[in-house]
Amino acid sequence: MAADRIFGAVMIVLALGYVLSAMNIQTSFISDPVGPRVFPYMVAAVVIVCSLVMVLKPDPDADWPAPLMLLKIGAALAVLIGYALTIRAMGFIIPTVIASAVLSYMISPRAVPAALAGLGLGVGLYVLFKVVLGLGLVALPRGWF
Amino acid sequence: MDILSNLALGFSIALSPWTLMLAFVGCFVGTIIGALPGLGPSNGVALLIPISFSMGLDAISALVLLTSVYYGAMYGGRISSILLNIPGDEPAMMTTLDGYPMAKQGRAGDALVISGVASFYGALLATIGLMLLAPLLSRVAFEFGPAEYFALYMLAFCTLGGVGSNNQAKAALAAALGLGIAMIGLDQTTGMPRFTFGELHLMDGIDFLVAIVGLFAVSEVFHFIESHGKDSAIGVKLGRITIPWRDLGRTHGAMARGTGIGFLAGILPGAGASLGSFLAYMAEKSVSRNRANFGKGAPEGVAAPEAGNNAAAGGALVPMLTLGVPGSGTTAVLLALLLTLNITPGPLLFTEKPDVVWSLIAALLIANVMLLIMNVPMVKVFVRILSVPSWVLLPGVTMVAFVGIYSLTGSSFDMLLMVAFGVLGWICRKLGIPTVPIILGILLGNAMEDNLRRAMVLSNGDWTYLFSSGISIGLWTAAVLGFVAPMFLRRFLKKPPIPATESYDRD
Repeated sequence: MAADRIFGAVMIVLALGYVLSAMNIQTSFISDPVGPRVFPYMVAAVVIVCSLVMVLKPDPDADWPAPLMLLKIGAALAVLIGYALTIRAMGFIIPTVIASAVLSYMISPRAVPAALAGLGLGVGLYVLFKVVLGLGLVALPRGWF
Repeated sequence: MDILSNLALGFSIALSPWTLMLAFVGCFVGTIIGALPGLGPSNGVALLIPISFSMGLDAISALVLLTSVYYGAMYGGRISSILLNIPGDEPAMMTTLDGYPMAKQGRAGDALVISGVASFYGALLATIGLMLLAPLLSRVAFEFGPAEYFALYMLAFCTLGGVGSNNQAKAALAAALGLGIAMIGLDQTTGMPRFTFGELHLMDGIDFLVAIVGLFAVSEVFHFIESHGKDSAIGVKLGRITIPWRDLGRTHGAMARGTGIGFLAGILPGAGASLGSFLAYMAEKSVSRNRANFGKGAPEGVAAPEAGNNAAAGGALVPMLTLGVPGSGTTAVLLALLLTLNITPGPLLFTEKPDVVWSLIAALLIANVMLLIMNVPMVKVFVRILSVPSWVLLPGVTMVAFVGIYSLTGSSFDMLLMVAFGVLGWICRKLGIPTVPIILGILLGNAMEDNLRRAMVLSNGDWTYLFSSGISIGLWTAAVLGFVAPMFLRRFLKKPPIPATESYDRD
């Protein structure tokens, strides 16, 4: 119940912001009868109508994860964000080993297999992508050699 | 015969050792992807697009590789359905209904062979159907102007929302969300930036591959962490594989009916393989002489949905190739592949790039034979791979998603965007909002707007032009029906529950 209502309300706010932003789209002197604003307005209208339906007639709630699980998912999210931010500077292998070991530990909390999985994936995927498939990956941070 | 000479052209390209090798690799990887729970044809292909693109494969090679993965995943989905009672992918859901009971009776091998042959049967006939039907439809598609295309896109969204989801409002919301995201970037007609908020990364718009990999693959990570343990069931032992000729003979009719129904369901925009296997199973259950045994391990109940979903996979390629409108999540991903390769699907594809189309069709025929061999005598190899523990598999899949996007775009911004789409996908899944319409919206948004605006240029701003031709009126009618009718039909078509499994460590 509540989840549908919250999501619907957030979507309505977003759609209104979208309309506001669409009103500021510049039109150049060569334009067509419709112009660049009408289609976004139509899309926003659909979003608002559907969100209103969600707010007024919500489905029964899904079972949301317990606070602890939510924390765990938040941690996984943090790992992924960290990975996205470091892979360029740190090269492929080190962030991959760390990120996959942490994810592995979250699924099955045993330290040694998780560390092995991380190591195996970091090195194995590097070999697969760089050596076998020829993608342009950098193994280690620049300047370590 | 036009078709035969075209097919000869296709085979002359597809039979080179390099293409055969790619087809083999694609089939093998595809079967694994299909068999692993949580990875299906759509996220499997989505993961591999950026990688095959970064490898610098040419258009035909990439197409052969990824459509082999697509067909392979359709075959592979049944393996975990039968052995673990976990559908390897969504279309394989119906196969669990009779496949798992068969496996519990010690007939896992038989079930795998029957479903493998049914997959071959369905996919082969559907590929032939594609060969015959696609050129015809592409001739009709020449009649389409911007107004008709706009109506066609509406039809795709409406049927996808109507058939594929339980709540029309949520499906429509998802489609609009996708369309709204597609608007980000430079407007094609006027060259003015829209919704970029001065962010340079957004000028080119949001790369649909980033959205697809995020929504389909990264969201799986969050889902998996949340549900780990719940999905692991005790597998059924697989004995020696023999070919049950008697059952194959008896299920022949079921396969034929399943193929027909599945192919038609696949052609319908928005319906796709899940609906194909569902309808095939329900139809077979109502006509079969063995109907009392359905749900308790009837071979027909394995043959019909497997033939159905593989035929639907072939059928779904018809509207995708001729009209550029995908019929399902996976064909949406394949459309993304074509667009990445700078191939615009549509009627012109058949006249301007016959080599691409026909080598693709030839490759599908070859892939089918390879898949039959892999999935019947060699099925044990895949059963072994199924036992890869999830704590290795899942981090692996995540890293593959990152590598793909990283080597494609090289930017941290896009990887963060992918993670954001992953979170969005997880929330949507929680709320029962389908993600396929979001993808479709992002993929088709610009074309849809473009066609609307061109139609208005032609008519000088007269909106009734959208409903002025017979074809477009027909498409609009079908769109409204496709959106509204399922609300009433849903009462009659209830999905049967999945058989109970003994699973361990529920938490």
